Amino acid sequence: MGVTAIAILRLRSLFAVVMLSGIYSLLSACLFVVLDAVDVAFTEAAVGAGITTVLMLSTLALTKSREKIPTYKPLLPLAVVLVTGAALIYASFDMPAFGDPEAPANTHVIPRYLQDSPEEIGIPNVVTSVLASYRGYDTLGETVVIFTAGIGVMLLLGRGLGRRRREDDEETGQ
Amino acid sequence: MRHHRVLRVVTKLLIPYILLFALYVQFHGDFGPGGGFQAGVIFGAAFILYTLIFGLDAARRVAPQPVVSALVAGGVLLYGLVGMAGILLGGNYLDYNVLAHEPAHGQHLGILLVELGVGITVSATMVTIFFQFAGRSGRTEE
Repeated sequence: MGVTAIAILRLRSLFAVVMLSGIYSLLSACLFVVLDAVDVAFTEAAVGAGITTVLMLSTLALTKSREKIPTYKPLLPLAVVLVTGAALIYASFDMPAFGDPEAPANTHVIPRYLQDSPEEIGIPNVVTSVLASYRGYDTLGETVVIFTAGIGVMLLLGRGLGRRRREDDEETGQ
Repeated sequence: MRHHRVLRVVTKLLIPYILLFALYVQFHGDFGPGGGFQAGVIFGAAFILYTLIFGLDAARRVAPQPVVSALVAGGVLLYGLVGMAGILLGGNYLDYNVLAHEPAHGQHLGILLVELGVGITVSATMVTIFFQFAGRSGRTEE
């Protein structure tokens, strides 16, 4: 994954960058499978490696496929990224070990979800019952986000019904 | 892509299975990995594949934009209405326990409908976004 990320940074051909991003997503999906998070891995493989690559490629068809060489040295952004990265790495020292049963994430509501969801929800896949029932509001919000994204693209790229009808009228008018 | 006979035939063979797999992921999400989001993306991917091979005009005939736009909103509406049904039947918003006689059955029904709403919105949105991009570039209309 590190090699892919560095290659994405170094390359100027955006077509190769899009392809490498797809590979990066697929590798992340494999990582999620190793961590036993198959639902997340599924989403990452389908959305990150599949749809995003296609959408990026169709974006490239609309724009140029080579990145411009920057005319200035990006020193300030580099400093910001380095400081933020150092702070994040410093903060990660305080994180509980992976899979620690005493970690806050594993002691708060997780035991209740795991123990009570077979009786309360009656669905074997706990991920689904958390997403759709216990956290129903969150999923509703996510769906609205997707909806908003679709509406936004329709508005921005503007080949909606209204304009097409107007174009047709103009064509018939001429 | 009119002259790529192998691609066209293989695509025609593949698309039913992609759609079937999407439906499997959609309705088997209660038991295995998967759910509305993943199923919607796979369902949308089948339409995107069709658009890539057969061109935008053919795809627009299969999935007319008014229908797809209605589905984008319809999925969210379905989700919201399931929540409202909870209120009308005497529970809280998005409380599925009251949807059937037994709480567990209600939960099952609610989750199924809600995931269906997510799947419809996601797939329709993916198709819409791709149609908009493809319509702009005109590359798939050759």
